[in-house]
Amino acid sequence: MAEVVSDTRVSAWGGGGSPYAVSSNKLGMWLFLMSDTLTFTAFLIAYSYLRLSNVEWPRPFGGFNIFMATVMTFCLLSSSLTMVLAVAAAKRQEMRRAVIWIMATITGGLLFMILHINEWLELIHEGVTPFGNPWGVPLFGASFFTLTGLHMTHVTGGVVYLAIVAYGLGKGKYNADDVEVSGLYWHFVDLVWMFIFPMVYLLSNQM
Amino acid sequence: MSSDHDNNNKLIMMVWSALLILTVVEVLLAYQSLSVTLMLGLLLLLSFGKTGLIVAYFMHLRYERSSLVLTIIPAVAFCIAMMFIVFPDGLRLLEFRQ
Repeated sequence: MAEVVSDTRVSAWGGGGSPYAVSSNKLGMWLFLMSDTLTFTAFLIAYSYLRLSNVEWPRPFGGFNIFMATVMTFCLLSSSLTMVLAVAAAKRQEMRRAVIWIMATITGGLLFMILHINEWLELIHEGVTPFGNPWGVPLFGASFFTLTGLHMTHVTGGVVYLAIVAYGLGKGKYNADDVEVSGLYWHFVDLVWMFIFPMVYLLSNQM
Repeated sequence: MSSDHDNNNKLIMMVWSALLILTVVEVLLAYQSLSVTLMLGLLLLLSFGKTGLIVAYFMHLRYERSSLVLTIIPAVAFCIAMMFIVFPDGLRLLEFRQ
């Protein structure tokens, strides 16, 4: 009987073992992404709640806006692909190639940022700001800019994070595990856009 | 080893293509004349499919130990489901305003 108890202690929770079989960095990133998922869910649900409870919700996105948002989706999806290739190269210890793939990922992120800022400026030019718009539903601007602004903050943070990882990888300060953890973050930013794109853009197109 | 690497690349390219195709399907769907509820349902269904692909293959969760998967997914799904509690109130507000 006593032997069984000691066996249980050794196997998983007695220390020394790793029940998830991942590094502490990676587990930490997953926990952060879980909490960040809930933050974004709260914003998306707030947007849906406001839209549901307002009779005249504006539909400001024309064909060109939808096209640009699709291009932005393409940028993020492709940058996720190059990030997967960066992680794979780092795992094979081909660090130079990994740095190049991370650079490609950063380019995708920067392209997304430029297109998004351009879109914001256009909307602001039309009078759509966080505090009011021509259709008299100020909550549209408030929820739209909060949601896309939070996502944009994540993309900007991700670009800086990836640049630091690429620099550290080139210097030999970081290893393949660090690249993988930064990859998790970048894929998450991509994943969030997969909900903002249909719920905010596609459902607000001018038919 | 090298063929293993090629197979993995092929799989990743297939996942990426599937994500692009699903995005195009979503855009085409947005221009059909469906009710907003049905459209939202279909778009969310496609988006959850895309999320599944990203989490399973890009974020590598499919290849992690199931203890990690079972820690992350049910907890997040439960918390998201709890947030849906606000929607009956949204519908009530809509009835007041009409």
